[in-house]
Amino acid sequence: MIAFLIKRLFHALLVMFVISVVSFAIQDNLGDPIQQMVGQSVPESERAELREELGLNDPFLVQYLRFAENALHFDFGYSYFYNEPTTDVIMRHLPATLELVFATTLLIILLSVPIGVYSAIRPRAWLSRLFMGVSIVGISIPVFLTAIVLIQIFAIGIHVSLFPADTAWGAWLNDLLSTSGGMPAYGRGDVTHVFGTWDTNFASLSRLTYLVLPAISLASIMLPLFIRLIRAEMMEVLQSEYIKFAKAKGISMRRIYFLHALKNTMLPVITVGGVQIGTLVAYTILTETVFQWPGVGLMFLDAIQRSDIPLIVTYLMVVGLIFVITNTLVDLIYGLVNPTVKLTGKPA
Amino acid sequence: MTTTTQASPVPSRWARFRDSYLVYSFKRDLVAQVCLATFVAMVLAAVLAPWLAPMNPYDLAQIDIMASELPPFWIDGSDPTYVLGTDAQGRDLLSTILYGARVSLIIGFGAVILQAMLGVTFGLLAGYLGGRVDAFLMRLADIQLSFSTLMVAIIVGAVIKASFGGAIYSEYAVIILVLIIGLAEWPQYARTVRASVLAERSKEYVDAARVMGFRAKRIMFRHILPNTLSPIFVISTVQIANAIISEAALSFLGLGMPETQPSLGSLIKSGFDYLQSGSWWITLIPGAVLVVLVLVINLLGDWLRDVMNPRLYKG
Amino acid sequence: MALLEVSNLDVRFALRQGEVKALRDVSFTLDRGERLGIVGESGAGKSVAAFTILNLIARPGYIAGGSIRFDDRELTTMKPRQLQQIRGNKISMIFQDPMMTLNPVLTIGEQMVECLKAHRRIRTRAAREIALNKLRQVHIPSPEKRLDQYPHELSGGMRQRIIIAIALLLDPDIIVADEPTTALDVTIQAEIMSLLLELCEKHNVALVLITHDLGVVSQVTQRTLVMYAGRVIEQGPTREIINDAQHPYTQGLINALPQMATPGSRLNQIPGAMPTLAKIPPGCAFHPRCSFAFNDDGSPRRDCREVIPGFVRSGNCDVACHMVRDLVENDSDARDPVEIQEAP
Repeated sequence: MIAFLIKRLFHALLVMFVISVVSFAIQDNLGDPIQQMVGQSVPESERAELREELGLNDPFLVQYLRFAENALHFDFGYSYFYNEPTTDVIMRHLPATLELVFATTLLIILLSVPIGVYSAIRPRAWLSRLFMGVSIVGISIPVFLTAIVLIQIFAIGIHVSLFPADTAWGAWLNDLLSTSGGMPAYGRGDVTHVFGTWDTNFASLSRLTYLVLPAISLASIMLPLFIRLIRAEMMEVLQSEYIKFAKAKGISMRRIYFLHALKNTMLPVITVGGVQIGTLVAYTILTETVFQWPGVGLMFLDAIQRSDIPLIVTYLMVVGLIFVITNTLVDLIYGLVNPTVKLTGKPA
Repeated sequence: MTTTTQASPVPSRWARFRDSYLVYSFKRDLVAQVCLATFVAMVLAAVLAPWLAPMNPYDLAQIDIMASELPPFWIDGSDPTYVLGTDAQGRDLLSTILYGARVSLIIGFGAVILQAMLGVTFGLLAGYLGGRVDAFLMRLADIQLSFSTLMVAIIVGAVIKASFGGAIYSEYAVIILVLIIGLAEWPQYARTVRASVLAERSKEYVDAARVMGFRAKRIMFRHILPNTLSPIFVISTVQIANAIISEAALSFLGLGMPETQPSLGSLIKSGFDYLQSGSWWITLIPGAVLVVLVLVINLLGDWLRDVMNPRLYKG
Repeated sequence: MALLEVSNLDVRFALRQGEVKALRDVSFTLDRGERLGIVGESGAGKSVAAFTILNLIARPGYIAGGSIRFDDRELTTMKPRQLQQIRGNKISMIFQDPMMTLNPVLTIGEQMVECLKAHRRIRTRAAREIALNKLRQVHIPSPEKRLDQYPHELSGGMRQRIIIAIALLLDPDIIVADEPTTALDVTIQAEIMSLLLELCEKHNVALVLITHDLGVVSQVTQRTLVMYAGRVIEQGPTREIINDAQHPYTQGLINALPQMATPGSRLNQIPGAMPTLAKIPPGCAFHPRCSFAFNDDGSPRRDCREVIPGFVRSGNCDVACHMVRDLVENDSDARDPVEIQEAP
């Protein structure tokens, strides 16, 4: 167990190191703190002096070490735009993103497992085929487009007039398919303060509505993947000898599906799921843009537009840290759940 | 005394392909046929955009600002010259979509060619040479993949934009996007090819080639590579779809094609501003075109994967 | 009345390229405590027969006709709920590969206790006691430890013993063992087989042993069924079948045993191969390979080629062969004396 943790720690440090070097290289080449600090009117000679004072002419390695040391103290400098420590800016925006991701993950788990299992047990049922068909369409729609469509349908409302409105059935169908919108689609709305920088949407049902459309959009990309994955894995597992044996022992089908089969199915799903965290972060940026959700994704995008280098760099470091932590956690969970893996990392 | 028997003539490559299982399955699968037809139609339409489009949306002289935000033909208030309506500047939507699809496809194919070249080369090297080269390349690929290729593309795009500024970025957008997406997605190809190479490496024909004194490069490219083509084809379809979506995503974030030379993604982006005011077609019609394009490519990819896999009894 | 009566069982597989008959008109009986062997080559239908008893054939296979009566109840038409009560309880199965048979993510204890709980109202503690008891009966050392271990932590031989223990958990009337030793090391095979024999004798459990190994069959079973291309072609007391096989195919099988060959010369083979189930020859399925099915001029005998042979009683065996029928009808003692040496 210890050996496993040390190995993962080493790997994590390696990744963080690479990210920090890349981040620093970006900062070094793109940012000009002098420019931001003192503006245009200061003469060149004074700037040169300032450069020397701030150690900006030191060799790369020295500057990097300084950067790294500061990084370990969580000091990444000041944002050009906000004029406050970048870590503060990020902490202000982080809770919004975390809540969004949490809601999305919840949705994914609650929907993909039952649908995936059902599609595996009854692959020929029309419902299963429907799910599979919708999945493939879901993969083909980029997340921002899903968001836009959802906004159109549920926030703005659509008026269907496909069917002849002068007939009763036509009018009824038109009515059925039309929506009047009304779901909030901009920002977080009213939030309740919890502590520190954490404001939440979860405090009341009406505040929760702001999370609905963004969370559904974000989930719409991952859901097809997980549903197909669970279905494929489960179908394969159901062909195993040990399932046949369990049947031969007279075990109830319910127990066979939900214990014997599911436990074996979820193992590879955990692994793949963990890897998807990275994609989720990217998609979060897109979703936050559409809904103007004030999370770190939107913050990052604004920072790019404003060439706010320190903020960009800090964001990269934070994101890198999140990746590394979640990947390690996923590996850990997998090692604990799968009895055939001893946690030295080698299979038994 | 020996009698020689006449060997039957070896069938030409084309004949072999025509009689192959691939073509046989294709002829029996309606979905595959429809998808291929749609895809070919869309590509042709995009390629022939300058001749098919009713007007040239880049030509400022042709744009009539008075005709802005006209709805498509099936809604009241439309103008028959603008079949799919117009955008906020008065550009014909059909034309912008045709030109936009063109840009999207160029970037999609270009990026895939780049990532294929990079990825296949790295995959061959990693798989064949093994050792440190393998470890290094795969580690790099792993880090890149764990960030997710979209994220990598966003980061690279952000860095390039911040270093060169918006104006230069817009001017060279097509090349930059091909580069970004190509660099972001090579790990997929590398991983696939490497797996194939590892499987092939232990086969006897490789030993034979080595014994004959062929150099590593020749063995890799002329002996092993042809045997790894099948998985490459399968993932290429998905990768084209992904590239198109990635480009659309980047454009939507402002890191892609500029408004003056829009792709489907940037069309969706600029149209989004007008969603609330009711002009939904500006964003949703290009969106629908994008979805159909990606969908048919994905379906074709699925079909290809099914066909190329060993047949299992599907009961 | 027999404990298990299988009559005219017909099992088919609805495959893409057409329907395939896996079992054709298979009939046999099993008495309480009796040990029956089913032998044949791979693809002859032995495993299908075993699985069909408990109606475990999965789509695209299905029972097309016939009956299976257990304890005077019809199994082929039983509802799944009722079948569940019989499986593992009155009739247990043992599969071929012990590694694949046990669920890798559940402990041995969980897999044993759930079997007991599925059929009885019993607390976990009591269930564990019974499980421990059975583990001792199959001679597993430190059984308490095993209950909390996972399958991959144990050796192949131990796993198969555990599977036998699971089969015995509810004191079944019949154990159906599908090639229980094929996947094991040769040294372990004998141990497992003798364990199975000992337990069946001790607890008066009937055994249906499916195998391609004639040696095992001769040591363990009292009666034997020989299958070929989905049909039973000979059945009778094991001793008689081994010593004095009458169907040409069975004779061929016995002759093919290495012990039967004269040292220094080639092993005796039956020419050709068993046909795939999709391409079964008309008439007697074995006739293309049978030296007795051809006239002197090389043409196939008409009845061998056209008529599926029914059973004919010869000695204590039932044989499905036209030639044997002719011999019996002519009341001739001139059966080819097959010199069978007792295996050393």
